[in-house]
Amino acid sequence: MTATTLTGNQGAGRAGDKIFSGAAMAAGCLILAVLFGVALFLVVQAIPALTAPAAEIQGGEGFFAYIWPIVIGTLIAAAIALVIATPIAIGVALFISHFAPRGLAAGLGYLVDLLAAIPSVVYGAWGAAFLAKEISPAYNWLAANMGWLPIFQGPASATGKTILTAGIVLSVMVLPIITSLSREIFLQTPKLHEEAALALGATRWEMIKMSVLPFARPGIISAVMLGLGRALGETMAVALVLSSGALTASLIQSGNQTIAAEIALNFPEASGLKVSTLIAAGLVLFVITLAVNMIARWIITRHKEFSGAN
Amino acid sequence: MSKRIDVKDLNVYYGDFLAVEDVTINIEAKSVTAFIGPSGCGKSTFLRTLNRMHEVLPGARVEGEVMLDGDNLYGPGVDPVTVRSQIGMVFQRPNPFPTMSIRDNVLAGVKLNNKKISKGEADVLVERSLKGANLWNEVKDRLEKPGSGLSGGQQQRLCIARAIAVEPQVILMDEPCSALDPISTLAIEDLINELKDQYTVVIVTHNMQQAARVSDRTAFFNIAGTGKPGKLIEVGDTQTIFSNPVQKATEDYVSGRFG
Repeated sequence: MTATTLTGNQGAGRAGDKIFSGAAMAAGCLILAVLFGVALFLVVQAIPALTAPAAEIQGGEGFFAYIWPIVIGTLIAAAIALVIATPIAIGVALFISHFAPRGLAAGLGYLVDLLAAIPSVVYGAWGAAFLAKEISPAYNWLAANMGWLPIFQGPASATGKTILTAGIVLSVMVLPIITSLSREIFLQTPKLHEEAALALGATRWEMIKMSVLPFARPGIISAVMLGLGRALGETMAVALVLSSGALTASLIQSGNQTIAAEIALNFPEASGLKVSTLIAAGLVLFVITLAVNMIARWIITRHKEFSGAN
Repeated sequence: MSKRIDVKDLNVYYGDFLAVEDVTINIEAKSVTAFIGPSGCGKSTFLRTLNRMHEVLPGARVEGEVMLDGDNLYGPGVDPVTVRSQIGMVFQRPNPFPTMSIRDNVLAGVKLNNKKISKGEADVLVERSLKGANLWNEVKDRLEKPGSGLSGGQQQRLCIARAIAVEPQVILMDEPCSALDPISTLAIEDLINELKDQYTVVIVTHNMQQAARVSDRTAFFNIAGTGKPGKLIEVGDTQTIFSNPVQKATEDYVSGRFG
């Protein structure tokens, strides 16, 4: 062999490398460009609403007064969804990954995934036509017995189309996301760690607490955040289920509104400054989602030292 | 606190497959017994039946008796969880809990059995266990750091500390040095020598020199061919097994003529 073999540049492999790295780079840049483009569009279109005199914004008290109740409404609906869905999802995922017999586990996992395939408008229709009606006696009971809590203050909505119903529908919608991601993470727990716990005399549940859950923690947080993203942005189901109105503390009265449903319901007839107001509302939703993701990432990295990755 | 184990006519199955056939062996208290043999001969499988860890795999079952000082581990009403809290295990690859600190790793098993342990007692126990595993001097200043930050040999000694913290009757070791460098291996072997003053130790090893160095008694397992069950060929004093075995197969194996 001569020295030229070291410096020479031959073979198709080299070209393949270049093509692949170029394609990967282009894909990465494209994502950034799209994200930046969306953000830019939102900001530019929102400026008129943010700078307009307060009296011209819907409600007549300025953009801030317009947006904050629906921000709170959005957060309430998403919070209800997560509070209900997270424990159930983790329980179902654990059952599928560690408790159920193998045949049952596969079938159940498939069923849960199927929940994700149902279009959101169907959930909305189900929530509005069925769940709201069926659940309103429960709201009456809550108003009568737990009414001293501000969140259950009566009189309960007669139609049942409340933010709590919307939250419950959202929880069913985010359940499959959190469940299937958690299940995948649980299944990836190293056998070695599970056996370490079992060999110390741990019961199955103790083994899960010692090995599976700590290992899966970052994954569960990511799964919940993805679910939260869906709950925050879900439009159709909330628009159909919720009989919207002003911000109220009570979850069982009609009232409250979410950003996404507000945009969807008003956009078709909007023009001029109203469009700009709605886009500004979209910008706020965008920022909320971004903040949620950054907080999740921060929570995950805070425990990096103990993550087992080192 | 160490007990002897007497195994009688033990068969191990995975589903319908007979993995280990008809093992009868007495494991003395406060001694080191080594299991040697070629890969796939069932020595690890057999070891795991001694604390019912084989049951982790679906379909695994045994026939026969394993007596821990006269109590059958497979008797009716015996909870494998109780069995495992009395018979500790150290695995092939070090497996400290990655999300726990060194201190919490040592206390992990204790906290399972005895939820309320005062900080003072815990401190004493952590120090005693880590000293027992020859790890105290290396980690005493960083007990709150994650166990996964230690070297492989230190992690394995941490696992031994975790196992002895619950004061088991027996410690099973499944090729504890196979993932370690020679110096860490030496540290573990020295430790095994000290452990036998207090515990019954059973070690599976691929390394015949290691068996010769650390064990009092040696059991040779062999397999007739793929798909055939593993069998215990011969068990005896380590000296005898390595210098003057009864069986031809044992002699061939320890002298390196096959396997």
